[in-house]
Amino acid sequence: MEQKEELLAKMYYRMNQARFFEEKVSWFNSKGKINGSVHLAIGQEASSVASCLALDEKDFITMTHRCHAQAIGQGMDVKKMMAELLGKETGYCQGKGGSLHLSNMADHNVGSNDVPGMGYNLACGIALAQMLQKTGNIVLCFGGDGSTNEGDFHEALNLASVKQLPVIFFIENNYYSVSTAIEDHMKVESITDRAAAYEIPAVSIDGNDALEVYDATQKAAEFVRSGEGPMLIESCTYRMCGHDSSDLQLYRSKEEMEEWSQYDPIANLKNQLKEDQLMTDEVLRQLEENAKRSVNEAADFAENAPEPSLEAVLDSVYA
Amino acid sequence: MTDRMLTYREAVREAMTQAMRRDPEIVVMGEDIGIYQGSFGVTGQMYKEFGDRIIDTPISESAFVGCAIGAAMEGMRPIVEIMFSDFMTVCWDMLVNQAAKMHFMFGGKLSVPMVLRTAAGSGTGASAQHSQSLEAMLCHVPGLKVVAPSTPADAKGLLLAAIADNNPVIFLEQKTLYPTTGPVPEAADPVPLGKAATLRKGTDCTIVSYGRMVPRCLKAADMLEKQGITVDVIDLRTLLPMDKDAVRRSVKKTGHLVIVHEAVKTGGLGGEIAAAVTESDAFYALKAPVARLASRDVPVPFSPVLEEGVLPDEAAIAATVRQLVR
Repeated sequence: MEQKEELLAKMYYRMNQARFFEEKVSWFNSKGKINGSVHLAIGQEASSVASCLALDEKDFITMTHRCHAQAIGQGMDVKKMMAELLGKETGYCQGKGGSLHLSNMADHNVGSNDVPGMGYNLACGIALAQMLQKTGNIVLCFGGDGSTNEGDFHEALNLASVKQLPVIFFIENNYYSVSTAIEDHMKVESITDRAAAYEIPAVSIDGNDALEVYDATQKAAEFVRSGEGPMLIESCTYRMCGHDSSDLQLYRSKEEMEEWSQYDPIANLKNQLKEDQLMTDEVLRQLEENAKRSVNEAADFAENAPEPSLEAVLDSVYA
Repeated sequence: MTDRMLTYREAVREAMTQAMRRDPEIVVMGEDIGIYQGSFGVTGQMYKEFGDRIIDTPISESAFVGCAIGAAMEGMRPIVEIMFSDFMTVCWDMLVNQAAKMHFMFGGKLSVPMVLRTAAGSGTGASAQHSQSLEAMLCHVPGLKVVAPSTPADAKGLLLAAIADNNPVIFLEQKTLYPTTGPVPEAADPVPLGKAATLRKGTDCTIVSYGRMVPRCLKAADMLEKQGITVDVIDLRTLLPMDKDAVRRSVKKTGHLVIVHEAVKTGGLGGEIAAAVTESDAFYALKAPVARLASRDVPVPFSPVLEEGVLPDEAAIAATVRQLVR
């Protein structure tokens, strides 16, 4: 029971951490302190964080371009993340990757991929290596609704199915592919219909309910780990922010956004923790404050971190 | 020992076989490479020795090349076979945006020790979509290495080096070379990547080439020698990184440069080779303009008359050299 409490506290902490992190990123971005655009996942924290928490320590994840919450969910250090976003030497990738290419191979986070749909194949490869090396580890492969229209998604699902690879395709359906609404970019009712074409078992879940996300991912992980082949989870959620920093969100109504904001995954979990798990306001407030402090410290760390040296720019072109 | 003759095809197979016996992390992936033995017969009966380490895949280049990249990132050393090099364009993202970038953009913390072997070039009547020489496109992508052996011995030695390399290496096997024979050492000795070979030594002109055109250059050298003209014939072997020093050294000696490749001329590596000389002090040694002999700028035609006709032959190479050194 205590173990469960610990898990729930971690879940709530990391979801808050992800939210504060992205609010800080948004602020940095507005001040021109981040080179280029950023893709935030505000509103998708339950989906990104709770899924990662259902994995074993040695399991792998691959991420999408909307990766901050996924990375925090998997346990990446917000200091090194923020330093990377600010292009600093002490960032995860020495300032060579940025927001779009975070990775932490040492802890089995294989990184984010900015070409939509191209991460599915790589996840298959990580899974193949696990299968051939008989490690018992599995791969959680994040994707988005829009990228399931890419041919590579279908190639990867077919290959994973044929070779029975230990991978969970975790598709975060936020109903928009940049500005294109899902009804305008796919004809099938649910992304799970696409898995059916490859005889991959699939479930559709409420991605704003962290506990449901956790349970579904845990079940999928068990299935995949047993050698039964891949699984697909469609995690239905909503991006409570623009696609990137320049998105004015003219393609959707204020009413729709308002309606979803009433279903904020963090508020949702907070209610569940209070009412069903009897977690006290004091504990919850402490978790929120700790999360906020960690992000503020990360921001200080990143701002004061050294810039990368131009002399070393060629260093990692080749291994 | 080195008198043992193997075909280019057998040499490639022997390199894979010897490497796989030593390293259990090596697998081969591709279309119809198991019991079908590969479209050009390269994998042969390897499936009998290596079982499930020879992995037949669905027709989905992006998926299996991506899968190989992922496996390579996680400690395996996959070799993928793409049936025709033209099909690399189907998985261009996997090569250009994924394999080539991983090590750099993730701050050097992971590597992609993958070899992509593929049958390249014209000469088999395979027509426009199955006969191209796309190496210049690959050489424009930092992070990749590109190799194009011309002899069975180099096919074996360079493939062993490619497999041992920690970077993604594109290994271009010119398909008309598969049945050609040459002496191949039995030992599994790698030939280092990035080093050109000087196959003929002379004083009047430098001929630089690679892949299928190398034998033609050697024939041209024979023809020229009978007329009292001697040439250096340099086989680049590795196209990226390119052994530019070997070219410069030779040009400083001969004062003339002729570049010969099978790929189309415009945007081809000939321009890069010429620039390697003209942007260095070897420029001052040049006594005449640099000549490039390459395919005409057309898709590879089907008719054998046209397919051969768009390429430089040994007579054209010899004539060009004669004209330059005159």
